[in-house]
Amino acid sequence: MEFNSNKSIYLQICDAICEQILSGRLMPDERIPSVREYGAEIGVNPNTIMRSYEKLTAEGIIYNKRGIGYFISQDARDIVLEAQRKEFLENELPAIRRRMALLGLDASLIIDKA
Amino acid sequence: MITIKDLGFTYGETGGLKTITLNKEKGHMLPEDRYVLKNINMNLEEGRIYGLLGENGVGKTTLLTLLCGLKKPQTGSIDIDGHNPYDREPSFLADQYYLSDEVAPMNIKAIDYARNYGKFWEGFSLEKFIEIMKELETDPEQKMTRMSFGQLKKTYISFALACNTKYLFMDEPTNGLDIPSKAQFRKAVTKHTREDSVIVISTHQVRDLENIIDPIIILDRQDVLLNATMAEIAERLYFDYTSDKTDDALYSEMIPGGSIQVTLNQTGEDSKINLEALFNAVHQNKELIKGIFNK
Repeated sequence: MEFNSNKSIYLQICDAICEQILSGRLMPDERIPSVREYGAEIGVNPNTIMRSYEKLTAEGIIYNKRGIGYFISQDARDIVLEAQRKEFLENELPAIRRRMALLGLDASLIIDKA
Repeated sequence: MITIKDLGFTYGETGGLKTITLNKEKGHMLPEDRYVLKNINMNLEEGRIYGLLGENGVGKTTLLTLLCGLKKPQTGSIDIDGHNPYDREPSFLADQYYLSDEVAPMNIKAIDYARNYGKFWEGFSLEKFIEIMKELETDPEQKMTRMSFGQLKKTYISFALACNTKYLFMDEPTNGLDIPSKAQFRKAVTKHTREDSVIVISTHQVRDLENIIDPIIILDRQDVLLNATMAEIAERLYFDYTSDKTDDALYSEMIPGGSIQVTLNQTGEDSKINLEALFNAVHQNKELIKGIFNK
């Protein structure tokens, strides 16, 4: 796994799991790798993976069955969608607007006319 | 759990017991300038992979050899689960491994070395040794004297991990490894170590071990500048990759496309820690860093 952006590794791991939930590669009640398995797979300290799993658990995206492992929640997709839509509207879209204004581009360009 | 208290150590032709003057009030004292390590205090906890960083000659190897009982502390003490490592009790030694920076080529096949010497470690598994050798793409049937430095290093790394000890000390393990082996090393360390183990890895190659080592220990001449988890570091320091220069940066370095800056974390936002920038920021702000991490 390649880590690039300025985001801390544990948040990037959260993002990667959320991406897979959105794309349908991870389905509700599907087991995800254990902290150590995942750490070994991507060469990251298990404590970092643990932090990611704790965050996702707190957000209700995954759940822990004691002694068995971590699983994708029933409504994981809805939670991820809502959070990412909010993130897009609050941060990404205003950034695009600013960039377009800077370049003198009209907002109507965003709508695909074809 | 490893508890290091007021640890001091010195080398030199007049080193050791000869230079110690007995002071009844303060205990054994050594002349100030002869110390390699002095007043070292820290605790190392289970389930962690510590990265031991420091400039050349600050005593990283000395500290590792003290931890594994090869050297005797001249002042202070080391306590590992109630044992003093220098007592070198066989049962204690069977549950720890020290992988030195320099490794010896033996005139036997790697697999025979593992079979013969593995007997000294209770948890040793020959199957695991073969498995890790395979992951590191090294032939266990090869004679160690015929191996390149990198292959020999991989053999010893495989052996160290196959010993399955609670305590594992590795001195510059990625030195001499080729590019693909560095990723394999990171994976192997995560995959083949016990959950309750205390692993200490000294290194200058922080990029080889990025994302694996946590907490980070930065050793300075006769001092511990930092001993903190990545989460604690990210909470207190902010790593910014930007084209704008901030005046109050603790450290900044030009990189293609802008600069990397280390500042105090004012917003509470988590950023990705760059270990080289961290090391330099700590070195340029020793007292400030000790202050904010000892709160």
